[in-house]
Amino acid sequence: MSENYFLDNKDLQFRLEQLDLQDIISIKEKGYRYAEKYPAAPRNYKDTKDNWRLLLEVLGDICANRIAPRAAEADEEGAQFNQGEVTYAAATQAAIEALKQAELMGAMLPWEFGGMNMPESLYQMMVEMVSRAEAGLMTIFGLQEIASTINEYADEETKVRVLPRFSRGEVGGAMVLTEADAGSDLGAVQMHATYDEENDTWRLNGVKRFITNGNAEIQVILARSEEGSSDARGLSIFLVERDETVKIRRIENKLGIHSSPTCEIQYNNTPAILIGKRRFGLLRYSMALMNGARLAVGAQALGIAEAAYRDAYKYAGERVQFGKPIRELPAVARMLLNMRGEIEAARALLAETGDWVDTLKGYEELLADKDKATPEARAKQKQASSLSDALTPLVKYFSTEMGNRVCYQAMQIHGGVGYMREFNIERHYRDVRITNIYEGTSQLQVVATISKLLGHALDKLLDEWASYDYKELKDMKNQLTRANEIFKQVTDLLKEKERDLVDYYACDLTDIAAALVTSWLMLQDAQKLENKRELARVYIKNCLLQIENRAETIRTADKTPLEVRKKLLEA
Amino acid sequence: MKRGRNKRLSTSLNILVQAVIFLEAHTMSYHSIVLVKQVPDTRQVSGDVMTNAGTMNRSALPAIFNPEDLNALEMALRAKERYGGTVTVITMGPPQAAEVLRESLYRGADKVCLLTDRKFAGADTQATSYSLMKAVEKVGQFDLIFCGRQAIDGDTAQVGPQVAEKLHIPQITYSEQIIELKDKEIVVQRAFDLGAEIVKCKLPCLLTVVGSANQPRPASVRKRIQYKLAAIPAEYPLLLETWPEFESEDKIEEYLEKCDLKIPVWTADDLNLDTARIGLAGSPTQVHKINYVVLEAAESKEIQPTPEGIQALIEELIREYVVG
Repeated sequence: MSENYFLDNKDLQFRLEQLDLQDIISIKEKGYRYAEKYPAAPRNYKDTKDNWRLLLEVLGDICANRIAPRAAEADEEGAQFNQGEVTYAAATQAAIEALKQAELMGAMLPWEFGGMNMPESLYQMMVEMVSRAEAGLMTIFGLQEIASTINEYADEETKVRVLPRFSRGEVGGAMVLTEADAGSDLGAVQMHATYDEENDTWRLNGVKRFITNGNAEIQVILARSEEGSSDARGLSIFLVERDETVKIRRIENKLGIHSSPTCEIQYNNTPAILIGKRRFGLLRYSMALMNGARLAVGAQALGIAEAAYRDAYKYAGERVQFGKPIRELPAVARMLLNMRGEIEAARALLAETGDWVDTLKGYEELLADKDKATPEARAKQKQASSLSDALTPLVKYFSTEMGNRVCYQAMQIHGGVGYMREFNIERHYRDVRITNIYEGTSQLQVVATISKLLGHALDKLLDEWASYDYKELKDMKNQLTRANEIFKQVTDLLKEKERDLVDYYACDLTDIAAALVTSWLMLQDAQKLENKRELARVYIKNCLLQIENRAETIRTADKTPLEVRKKLLEA
Repeated sequence: MKRGRNKRLSTSLNILVQAVIFLEAHTMSYHSIVLVKQVPDTRQVSGDVMTNAGTMNRSALPAIFNPEDLNALEMALRAKERYGGTVTVITMGPPQAAEVLRESLYRGADKVCLLTDRKFAGADTQATSYSLMKAVEKVGQFDLIFCGRQAIDGDTAQVGPQVAEKLHIPQITYSEQIIELKDKEIVVQRAFDLGAEIVKCKLPCLLTVVGSANQPRPASVRKRIQYKLAAIPAEYPLLLETWPEFESEDKIEEYLEKCDLKIPVWTADDLNLDTARIGLAGSPTQVHKINYVVLEAAESKEIQPTPEGIQALIEELIREYVVG
C-alpha cells in the first residue's frame, strides 16, 4: 500500500471519529440546502463526516507521496530572493501545485466563494498533516486564515473580488503586522495609513518586518489610521493587493522553515482598502486573525512532533547497541513514552479547542438571525466565547512547547547521527523552534491564558468533566478531581498576589491548567478507546506529579527572586 | 463598375472565409478518449503471490490504475485544459474495474464507460483491441485516443497500436509531450533511450504515452467528494449498505441518474460484437508455459567509473568477442 499520512495515523482518525459538530454544521450548511447547488456540498451530517474523511485521505496521500519525499530538498534550497522578487524552492512549487490541483486551497471559505465551508477543526487536521510532511510549507498553506478573515470582516464587493481567487489557488495571503519596533507589542505599530480623498482610497507608507510569506498577492496589513494616536486604539487593518508600490527589500536567513520566505517589505503610497471599522484593527480584527493563526501554529508544532516521533521510534528499532535495539532500553523507552503521551494529549487539546471555536462561530452565525437568538443560544455562544479565549493561548503554548520537547528527545534518541544533516531529525529540530516564538511567544500565551485562568474560565468545564462516569477508570477520575481542587486553590492564592508576582508565577499556573485539562481529555479518550488506557495512565501519573510540584511552587511563592534579580543577573 | 463590385464582393467573401478559418483554428477544441486498465500492483509481488504453476494469484495483489495509463489520462487532461474539449475514459474489465473510472472522474474526466461482460474473459491483445475499437466507435466523435505505453501485468504494449490499426488511424507510440495541437494536426515529442523525436501527424490519431511524460495530478478533493457515489448497477447493493437512507436500489439509481453519477456499462451485445472475435475464442495467443524465474547473479564484477576502469572493460569485451 502506498503511504498516507491520514490512514497511517490512528490517533488522527480517532479524533475525526470523535469530532461532533452536528449542530454547528447544520447551521453552517443552512440545513444542508447547499447540496442542491454545489456538487461537493454534503446532504446530511453523516455525508459531511464521510466527506471530511475523503478530504483527509486525499491530503494524506499528497503529504506522504508528493510533499514529504522532497521536504529535505525544500529545506536545502529554501526560498530565494533575487532583485526584489521571491521564488519558492522547486520542491515547494511542486507541493503548492499538487495542493492546488487537489483543490485544497480555500477549503474553509463559504461555498459561494468557491470554498468548501470546512470548519476550523478540520482545517487543524489538514495543517497538522501538511506540517508533518514539510513544516515550512504550512506557512503558505496555513495562511488561508487570511482569506477567512477577509470573509468575516471585509465588505461584499471586496469578498467577491478577492475570495474566489484564494479558492482557485491563484493567490496566497500574508498577515502583515510586525515592524522592527513592534513585535510582541503590536500597539506600537507605526506604519502610516492616510486617506487620499482625491482618489477615494487609503494609502499606506512604511516598513514591515518578519512578514511570513510576505510575497503573497493579498495582504492584510495593520497600520495607524488615526493621526496623532500612539496606542492600539489608533490602528486599523487594510487589504492590499500587491503591486509595484510594494517593495520586498530582503528575506531573512533563518534557522528553520527555509521554504517559507520571511520578508521585509516597504510600502510606498500603496493603495489599500479599509477592512471593518477604523480603530478596531488590533483590538478586534488582528486578535481574531491571530487566534486562528495560533491554533494553526499549534497544529504545525504537533505535525512536526509527529514526524520527529516516528523518526525516533523507527531509528530506535533499527539501532542496535548492547546487543539489542535501543528501543528496548528503559531509558529510551521512557523518552518515547513521554513523547507519545504528549503528542496525543496535544492533539486532544487542539481538538477540544477547535470544537469550541467552531461552536462559537456557528452560534455567532445563528445569532445574526434575530428570530433564532434564544436565551439558550446566547448562553451557548457566551460559553464558547469564553472557552475559546482561554483554550486558544493555552493550546498554542502547550503544543508548541511540547513540539520542542519532543524534537529535543527525538534527537537525543538518534544520538550522534541525529546531529548530522543526513537525518531528518535535525530539520524537525530547527523547524519546530519557531513555533513557540511566532504568532506570539510562549510567554505572551501565558499572559493571555493567565487572565482567563484567574477569572476561573475553565472551572465549569473541569467540574463538568469530573461529573462524568468513568466506570473502571474511577481511580484516575478521583485523582483528577482532587487535582481540580488544587488548581482552584492555587488560582485563588495567586489572584491575591501583587502584579509582579502574578506575572512571575503565571507560567506555573498555566502549566497546571495544561496538565489538568489534557489529563481529563486523555481520560475521556481512554474511556472511549480501550487501547488508549495504558498511555493515559502513564501520562496522567506524570501530570499529577507535575501539578503537585507546580502547586507547591505557587503556595510557597515569594518575592525574593524578583527582588534580587538585578544583582543576580548582572554579568 | 459591375466588375469592381464583384471584386469587392469576392474580397469581402475572402475575408469572411479567412475569418472563419481563423475562428476555427482558435476555437478548435479536441475530443479525447483515454483507454485505461486496472492491473494488479506487480510492484508488490512477493512469494505468496506466485502459484506453484507459475501463474499469479491476482487476488493477493491490490488492484491499481495502470501507471502509464495515468500518464495518458494526464496528457489528455492537459490537452483539454490548454485547448478545450472533452475527455472520455473507457476501460474493459470485471465490475471492480469501475474503480479506475472513478479515479478518472476524481482527476477531471468528463465521461467514463465500463466494458464488462463474461464473454470478454480470456481476451488477449487481439480480442481486447477489437472490443475497445468497437467501444471507441460507439462513443463516436473523437480527435485523439490516449493509451499508456503498456500495462504492468502483461507488458505487451500491443493494445494501443492494435486499436489504431483496427480504426485505420495513425499512431504515435512512446509519446512524451504534445508540443502543439493546431487545426487538424498534432506535433508530438517521442521519447527514446538516446534522445527524442518530434513528429507531426494528422488527426484523428492514437498516442501511447510513456511514464516520463508527466507527473499525473492527484485526485481533486472536490471531485473525490462529488463522484464518491458514482457507480455501476452491480455496486448498488454495497452503496445501499453504506447509505441505507436511500432505502432501495431503485432510489439509488434515481439519485445517481439525477446527479449524473451512473457509470454506463456496455456489454458485448451493446457493442454488437462478433462473438468469434472476443474473449477466449477471439484470442489466438495461447500461453504455453510460464516459468518462474529467479534471477541470481552468479558472479559480479565492479568496474570503477574512471578512464582506466572503462578502458579495462572495453579491452575485456574485445577480448571476449562481445564487441569489436
